[in-house]
Amino acid sequence: MRKADPILSFDPEANTTQSSLFSLGSRNDFHFHRYKPLCETATRKRTHSLRSSIWPSMAASDAHNGASSIRNAFGNVLAFFILLLIGILAFSIRLFSVIKYESVIHEFDPYFNYRVTQFLTKNGIYDFWNWFDDRTWYPLGRVIGGTVYPGLTLTAGTLWWILNSLNIPLSVETVCVFTAPIFSAFASWATYLLTKEVKGAGAGLTAAVLLAMVPSYISRSVAGSYDNEAVAIFALIFTFYLYIKTLNTGSLFYATLNSIAYFYMVCSWGGYTFIINLIPMHVLLCIITGRYSSRLYIAYAPLVILGTLLASLVPVVGFNAVMTSEHFASFLVFVVIHVVALVYYIKGILSPKMFKVAVTLVVSVGLAVCCAMVAVLVALVASSPTKGWSGRSLSLLDPTYASKYIPIIASVSEHQPPTWPSYFMDINVLAFLVPAGIIACFSPLSDASSFVVLYIVTSVYFSGVMVRLMLVLAPAACILSGIALSQAFDVFTRSIKLQLPSLSASSHIDAAEASSESVVSSDSSKTDKSEDTSKERVSKKSKKKEKEPVEKPLSKSQIKRRLLVLPLETSIIAIILLVLLAAFYVVHSVWAAAEAYSAPSIVLTSHSHDGLHVFDDFREAYAWLSHNTEIDDKVASWWDYGYQTTAMANRTVIVDNNTWNNTHIATVGTAMSSPEKAAWEIFHSLDVKYVLVVFGGLVGYPSDDINKFLWMVRIGGGVFPHIKEPDYLRDGQYRIDSMATPTMLNCLMYKLSYYRFVETDGKAFDRVRRTEIGKKYFKLTHFEEVFTTHHWMVRIYKLKPPKNRIRGKVKKSKSKASSKTTSKRKGLKRNPF
Amino acid sequence: MARSSSSKDAQDLFRALWSAYAATPTNLKIIDLYVIYALFTALIQVVYMALVGSFPFNSFLSGVLSCVGTAVLAVCLRIQVNKENKEFKDLAPERAFADFVLCNLVLHLVIMNFLG
Repeated sequence: MRKADPILSFDPEANTTQSSLFSLGSRNDFHFHRYKPLCETATRKRTHSLRSSIWPSMAASDAHNGASSIRNAFGNVLAFFILLLIGILAFSIRLFSVIKYESVIHEFDPYFNYRVTQFLTKNGIYDFWNWFDDRTWYPLGRVIGGTVYPGLTLTAGTLWWILNSLNIPLSVETVCVFTAPIFSAFASWATYLLTKEVKGAGAGLTAAVLLAMVPSYISRSVAGSYDNEAVAIFALIFTFYLYIKTLNTGSLFYATLNSIAYFYMVCSWGGYTFIINLIPMHVLLCIITGRYSSRLYIAYAPLVILGTLLASLVPVVGFNAVMTSEHFASFLVFVVIHVVALVYYIKGILSPKMFKVAVTLVVSVGLAVCCAMVAVLVALVASSPTKGWSGRSLSLLDPTYASKYIPIIASVSEHQPPTWPSYFMDINVLAFLVPAGIIACFSPLSDASSFVVLYIVTSVYFSGVMVRLMLVLAPAACILSGIALSQAFDVFTRSIKLQLPSLSASSHIDAAEASSESVVSSDSSKTDKSEDTSKERVSKKSKKKEKEPVEKPLSKSQIKRRLLVLPLETSIIAIILLVLLAAFYVVHSVWAAAEAYSAPSIVLTSHSHDGLHVFDDFREAYAWLSHNTEIDDKVASWWDYGYQTTAMANRTVIVDNNTWNNTHIATVGTAMSSPEKAAWEIFHSLDVKYVLVVFGGLVGYPSDDINKFLWMVRIGGGVFPHIKEPDYLRDGQYRIDSMATPTMLNCLMYKLSYYRFVETDGKAFDRVRRTEIGKKYFKLTHFEEVFTTHHWMVRIYKLKPPKNRIRGKVKKSKSKASSKTTSKRKGLKRNPF
Repeated sequence: MARSSSSKDAQDLFRALWSAYAATPTNLKIIDLYVIYALFTALIQVVYMALVGSFPFNSFLSGVLSCVGTAVLAVCLRIQVNKENKEFKDLAPERAFADFVLCNLVLHLVIMNFLG
């Protein structure tokens, strides 16, 4: 009976169904209260106000019962305040970084976004679109307006503009720092809406509060983490919500909003391809499982057309929206849904017999057409380079793709596959609740809940490929865990509620019967205890029918009820355990927010026995650069530090974190892994004045350039074959002690990192690698040290000017053979300058 | 023999289709005409593109998508105002039409922007 009947299942205001079901329950309860002792009434009322809060949009369909409508209104207000508190929670849990450190932009990419936002607020939107940035990728430059996802920048810029026009003079940096926490509050509200569409408002509130503090999302949205993901997760959830809303209501209005939300998502993050592939997958799933409905058509077809058009408006996407394979799935399903819609239409107007004839006729003709179309499509796709797929998408489908072909993608730590502990760290107890949520989604399966199941399945796969896509998994995990938790609470509280009356007073059992009847009757129809939260769309008629037999078959329903109710002790213990589980989650999340994820990574701290140490070397170095170098000087460093150098030191860099030009990065990598002289020539040819290296050996900062060095060798060697990785490894091991290879000990990165290092402690003990370095005493011939920060974390070297006359060999080959022959001693003796 | 029977079947089928379709209300027929017109316009543009080339690709894209989008939206409207569609019993035709107009407005604003 509960199978989705297309006629019965549609109800534009599905809430009214539940609300009237519930107001029925509460009304009966109300009569029941009058006979109860006073204290009991009070507690009951509380549970009921909570109950009704869970269904905030209860329409007051029973006009003759004023009490219940008041209670409904009270529930609305309560739900509103809960949501408000959730928003405040989501905002404030992300402020640990500001409180513990200071209000700064974090990490690498946010600095670029901050710089773009500064430009936007200073020069306006039109200059922003046409911005050619000559401070990066020297001498190539970069067209910022056409290569950046503008959503985040425009959002923060708009926020800043609104605040300023309200005469609230905040700096751009402040607005940027607090954009992510604000949007995480929005994201938890969007989660509430989405889950409410799937499984009712109780699950919605639970999911919202889970999302507000899921560590995976916190890691990307603490105050100061001004990155695309900060707004994109909100856009993602909101787009999904509007899709589900359209699917449930079949309203073109929501379809329009849906495509606009999709547009915002495309503006914000490259992850929009996830949406444009997931929704077609869901549509296809619905069609295959025979759940096609005209609502599905209205939810999908306008989204494809409008969404494609809107996506092509974003400069960075442009014609990719129709040209690349990431989007083909949506067009294919677009065609399929039209065929299916036509079939359903014809089926509707024809008699079954004629329809059978039509099917045989159409299938024979249609197969031929389909084959032709598939052939054309395959030919189109095959003719395009890389088969129309971009590298990052390919590495999603084939996890080994990146490590095989694109070292630049594989070298980024957030593109690595995650480890098992990182699942526990990032989604914690949600990982155990998700399976229960999936089961809850299957009873009963609606269009919306099947979407959520599909969402979690795909995002689990994607998070298994790339650790940074854990972020996409987090909302799905929150939604499903919210459903699981609220369903479980529902079952347990109901079994407690049904047993308490029989314990307290047997005389009132009739009334208790009536109070529970509405719940039980719909219960039994489903053989599942999760009926009322579900979006089961019982039509009003069937509900009315359920209302009538309430009073009559008392004994029968009593037996039924007994079967469906858990023992009292079990339910109480289960509730306590669930609360403990949730408390553990809260403790873990707060710990993660406070300790693990709030470090800005440009200011580092360490606790030791003599108190807190603050390492502010990065800003020290960048400030030195901006004060002591010419405005036009070029600074070379590994690409990780490009964004920070341009944003904080305002100097031109050779490569930065955008990594759009592999050859250019390989050139810098080659320079870093070449001996001094060859490196000097490469840098000199790029007009470089200063070289910046990050060195953690003195204080034990592990993500320094020596640890990243093998990637420089790999990326450099990928373009310039004379750099060979085995030359830097001793028996396959990467080491910098006395066993290291001579190539390693003579390369520029080694020298710049360990120059004068022995003067610090006399032994030259590297605290990151936990070893004494291989070569302690050497001098630099082509570079001179100009600045080393307080803790030696950033070292800046200046290229010595070229000498006037070239002595010795003119031929400067890149062969490392010659570099080996020029022994270090000789190099020290005859300084070419 | 099979061929003749299948052709006869086809004739029966078309007759049945036609008689079934003749029973649809006039306003739905008007919408159908509108859809067919939009699709026909899209087809003309595709043929033109095939003959002349797709150089201002954004113009071609916006032209075709404008037609297809109009058709899709009209189909949505047709679904919603169809009396036989039980799912949309509660939806007033006026409301459906207002949604349709709004969606069209957005569509064509985007297209004007994209036309270049």
